[in-house]
Amino acid sequence: MTTDGIHERLKAVFGDDVGPLSEAKMDAFALVKKERIVEVCRFLKTEPGLELEFLEDETAVDWPKRNVIEIVYHLLSYRHRHGIVLKVELDRAAPVITTVETVWKTANWFEREIYDLFGVDFTGHPDLRRLLLPDDWVGHPLRKDYQDAGGWHGISSFRENPLVELRRLDEVRRAEAAKLNPPPPPSPPPAAPPAAGPAVPPAKA
Amino acid sequence: MTARNDPGTGDVTLFHTSQLDHLINMARENSLWYLLFGLACCGIELIQTGGPRADLMRFGAIPRASPRQADFMIVAGTLTYKMAERAKLLYDQMSEPKYVISMGSCANCGGLFQAAYSVCKGVDKVVPVDVYVPGCPPRPEALTEGLLRLQEIVRAEKWGLKRRPPKPEGVEIDRGATT
Repeated sequence: MTTDGIHERLKAVFGDDVGPLSEAKMDAFALVKKERIVEVCRFLKTEPGLELEFLEDETAVDWPKRNVIEIVYHLLSYRHRHGIVLKVELDRAAPVITTVETVWKTANWFEREIYDLFGVDFTGHPDLRRLLLPDDWVGHPLRKDYQDAGGWHGISSFRENPLVELRRLDEVRRAEAAKLNPPPPPSPPPAAPPAAGPAVPPAKA
Repeated sequence: MTARNDPGTGDVTLFHTSQLDHLINMARENSLWYLLFGLACCGIELIQTGGPRADLMRFGAIPRASPRQADFMIVAGTLTYKMAERAKLLYDQMSEPKYVISMGSCANCGGLFQAAYSVCKGVDKVVPVDVYVPGCPPRPEALTEGLLRLQEIVRAEKWGLKRRPPKPEGVEIDRGATT
């Protein structure tokens, strides 16, 4: 069955809660109203002839200009070799949606990742906590308005420009070497220019 | 050759210091065991450097899984902040004298992922590094060169000047009094 066919079946059962199928640039997707998403997913999984038993991916997209966070579900069927993409739009100020973990167990970690990186709250999720970032991380980095925290646990996130850093280290090393072996007094007439150039490569790699 | 310890004026308690140094260091540099710390793509290149073509083991460098048995640590790959804490923990668990080779761009300075929110920009933010091996990933020959530089550092160490750490004040160490 093609994606259009799946969409026809969806429209027949759910009517206006499922939007029109987009053009198939990459994957054709259909917008679903967020209140019906679990029923839509359960229908797609269990309906004979559709049986989209594989949640390939569940991810999110942040659209600050449209003021939405989209949750994207990529569904696939191994048995019938067809698939469809669903999207749900959430309000960016308070993104909440019901979990589809009851339909596909794999959504457990997908939704934990979305919570970790976007801050979307999934009601009914049995174990909603951070997955990738450390547990005490503040903020949701994949939002477009995320600011760098400056480091974590005392490890700073600033690194000096290496050209500046190496030059400074060269100066320090030269000063230390000069302290150990004081240079001879300079000869009175303006003689040969100083021997060492500004970029003396350090001995180590 | 790098001279890590300046020849100071410590007492010479060992006769033939320099020859004994030479002997000790020759033994040490040819059996430097490293802690396997391959984190990302450089880890694959580390494994391959231990492979038959560019063999790290012929220098005596055997990979160890435990920091307690390792002389130095090859940090191969991208460090996230989460991992940097663990790297520091493992470094602290190694016993002196210990060294660190930072392998690859990511361990040197954050590398390709320097702009990422979760990447620690270089392992030298958490542990002191002795040799930096540049590359993405460094070829096995480059990592071997890094090991050879580390051997040079080991070769230049002076043992006559090293002292046992002083007893901490206020602590009585009972060495099994016999009466």
